[in-house]
Amino acid sequence: MDGVIDFFADPAHWTGTTGIPNRLLEHLTISALSILFATAIALPIGLYIGHTNRGSSLAINLANIGRAIPSYAMMVIPLPLTLSLAPVLGYDPTFGLDFLPIFLAMTFLAIPPLLVATYAGLRSVDRDLIEAGRGMGLRERQILGQIELPLASSIIVGGFRTATLQVIATATIGAILSGGGLGRFIFDGLNQGVAGRPSIYAGAILVAALAIGVDVLLSLLQTRLTPRALRKARRRGMPGPSGPTSVVDGADLPEAAASPA
Amino acid sequence: MAGQSHQAAVVEFDHVTKRYDAPTGKESGKPTPGAVNDLSLTVPAGKICILVGPSGCGKTTSLKMVNRLIEPTQGRILIDGVDAGTRELTELRRSIGYVIQQIGLFPHQTIGDNVATVPRLLGWPKARLRERSEELLAIVGLDPAKYRDRYPSQLSGGERQRVGVARALAADPPIMLMDEPFGAVDPIVRDRLQNEFLRLQETIAKTILFVTHDIDEAIKMGDLVAVFQTGGILAQFGSPLDILAAPASEFVARFVGQDRGLKRLSLLRVSDVPLQPAVTARPGDSAADARRRALDDPQRYLLVIDANNRPLGWVAHGDIPAEGTITETMPNPVSPTVNKRTTLKDALSMMLDADVQTGIVVDRAGAVQGLLTVAAIATKMREGEHAPAFDDLGALGEAESEAGPGEIDPNLDAGAADQAAIEQGTV
Amino acid sequence: MPPGTKIFDPSWVFSHLPSIWERIVQHLQLTAVPLALGIVISLVLAIIAIRRPVTYGPVTAITGLLYTIPSLAAFALLRPIFGLSLLTAIIPLTTYTLLILFRNFTAGFNAVPAEILEAAEGMGYTRRQRLLRVELPLAVPLIIAGIRLASVTTIGLATVAAVLGDAFGGLGQLITEGIQGFFPTKYLLGAALSVLLAFAADVLFVRLERVITPWSRARAGAR
Repeated sequence: MDGVIDFFADPAHWTGTTGIPNRLLEHLTISALSILFATAIALPIGLYIGHTNRGSSLAINLANIGRAIPSYAMMVIPLPLTLSLAPVLGYDPTFGLDFLPIFLAMTFLAIPPLLVATYAGLRSVDRDLIEAGRGMGLRERQILGQIELPLASSIIVGGFRTATLQVIATATIGAILSGGGLGRFIFDGLNQGVAGRPSIYAGAILVAALAIGVDVLLSLLQTRLTPRALRKARRRGMPGPSGPTSVVDGADLPEAAASPA
Repeated sequence: MAGQSHQAAVVEFDHVTKRYDAPTGKESGKPTPGAVNDLSLTVPAGKICILVGPSGCGKTTSLKMVNRLIEPTQGRILIDGVDAGTRELTELRRSIGYVIQQIGLFPHQTIGDNVATVPRLLGWPKARLRERSEELLAIVGLDPAKYRDRYPSQLSGGERQRVGVARALAADPPIMLMDEPFGAVDPIVRDRLQNEFLRLQETIAKTILFVTHDIDEAIKMGDLVAVFQTGGILAQFGSPLDILAAPASEFVARFVGQDRGLKRLSLLRVSDVPLQPAVTARPGDSAADARRRALDDPQRYLLVIDANNRPLGWVAHGDIPAEGTITETMPNPVSPTVNKRTTLKDALSMMLDADVQTGIVVDRAGAVQGLLTVAAIATKMREGEHAPAFDDLGALGEAESEAGPGEIDPNLDAGAADQAAIEQGTV
Repeated sequence: MPPGTKIFDPSWVFSHLPSIWERIVQHLQLTAVPLALGIVISLVLAIIAIRRPVTYGPVTAITGLLYTIPSLAAFALLRPIFGLSLLTAIIPLTTYTLLILFRNFTAGFNAVPAEILEAAEGMGYTRRQRLLRVELPLAVPLIIAGIRLASVTTIGLATVAAVLGDAFGGLGQLITEGIQGFFPTKYLLGAALSVLLAFAADVLFVRLERVITPWSRARAGAR
């Protein structure tokens, strides 16, 4: 295990393209991009479905599909396409190898948890409040913004949290294709045989730390967004017989809707 | 199934107390909600005893101590003389029928399996289980062939309630505990269920402890009524008529309601009140003679009847011609007719509707038997009436009924009064 | 990719059917063992949590934490301890199921209405009978939902295990070899099969749930 400590102690590992900071940056960059795109797609759709309750079966089915596809598989399936389209669409083929497939996979896999969480969050808002809002003369958009979103925000952020973890994990494996991200430490180490062992472990530790760190941050954010009155219940959190998630089939446990890979 | 009174047990509460460790209860000496305080009463075999009172008065707690879902802090509950606390727990519970408000049917089992729950726990053979299920479904008014293989989610509230009762009866227990069993349905269905249950009880004659917060239900269903007040204290224990006629405290009087006089009226029937003779004449009889006899009537009215003694209407003394005969056009058919089984409440109500002082009592064939006056009803009411004993709290639970002997029978058949009402078609 | 490489070469598939099948079987083993272990552990934990609600928080926190760690990292971290034995794969795969199963199992038990439990107790069921004959059957829908989710997840995660080395096999092996050898047929096949397997598991459990809970099918429609 002291190989790992040496690894971190070695200043060479902290500089340059293969250094920890850069790898971290690469990891975060692609993760952030995917989440951004996924949110841009999933949030509006989720808000619409949640507010109007139309197309909910579509949402649930999409979530099921998204859950079922292994991320590793999701990454490699577009490969032939992204590679062969390079000359057609005019991008560098390596882009079609080390960015596009991973990016597509991450974005695609991040959509279901976000979509389902947005939908579930909006559905969890007490119908009476919405009716009261309508009765007071609020327009639909105002109801969504002033009543539904604030109350649903905790659940929606929960979905965001799930999606982010999903994306971070996928980016780790994506390193097998791409040249970047913290997963690179693991793969480089694998390619070096016995000598590479410290790299493998260091990479694993870094990835785990990143994931846990982000999760904790988002968890804090989620707590802050929960109305104070509900916070204690959320911490103790055992779902009761008539809990907010009228459980359909695990689809509305948004925090468990994605895989750590 | 008839005449099964040997299947009923005597239930006795012997100084039963239940205390909870709530801080306010201990420190300030104020009673905690749901606690029971030194309860002693005996329910004779085969009788329905209602436990009634406001919420938090300990009635449900007392009920649950019988099948030991709650254990008493002090005192014992004796079933046929045996302390329930000494009996093996599951054996005790399997020998007591238990019906709760939300019914609690098992959604994952068919109706038939639900009903057969306790017999199955007792190890009855499969054929017998099925037979018994079907028997019970029929008894509670559900077609076995139709309902046996259905699931609870497919039934309406009223149907589910009946299944709940059937399930409680399955192992033919000597005691039934019912906790607001008809509370979860609408009033029309509840009324019907109550009537059918009373009819059922006539055949099965089990000892039943029945909790409700509705004093009207208590009066209607109970052979005996135990009124509880907050703090788990028994305020009064007696027949419904006792509770109404002689409330033992101001609490009981208030709980029963300002209209307890009217409530008593629903427990008494026309047969309990002496009838006035009617001065009658038929069409074709001498008018002069009728006119003379009409003076005998206090109100000076003549009742015209037909050949079968059926009433046609009234003629005032002053309207009877001095000579000639009574004709069919003379009488004014104003008064309502009642029969001997009509409750005084219904009779009075009809008379008030028609704005008359007198109702005509007829028999099954419609023939006149006599007259019922508002005055006679009022006299009857005053007979049982007494000022409540407010001052002496020691007399609580031991307040004796001073109602006359004529009122005991209607008590024990309080349900039958409504039975009659059903036959009248007034319910 | 070397020019002239076909995107998908069916002849390769047909000539390698036995080894492909072997991979599938390995993958199923990699899924079934963690799933079974996870179910047993989570069931026990769930029963404990229902009896002592105070344990719910800590258990959720721990399993949640383990769940957060990306699978590749988890496999890599266990390598020094267990080497390339199956344990390295199975232990993380099992812990990943725990969060999902534990949450769904407790939710399932909590979904049983209190009055049904009270009726059961009042009628004379012993504690054990109540658990087995009333609570468990009624908790089944959510239990199966949890197993369904966990199985699908595990199938996906098992593909990653192969990255560490070829000791684990499975469909992830096909994918990895395909990538390293620039051989699209292999990795596409691996990917497609893993997706199919996941879908199959999903459908299987949906069917299973319908079979086990006949009462949920009999809705008020049939009056």
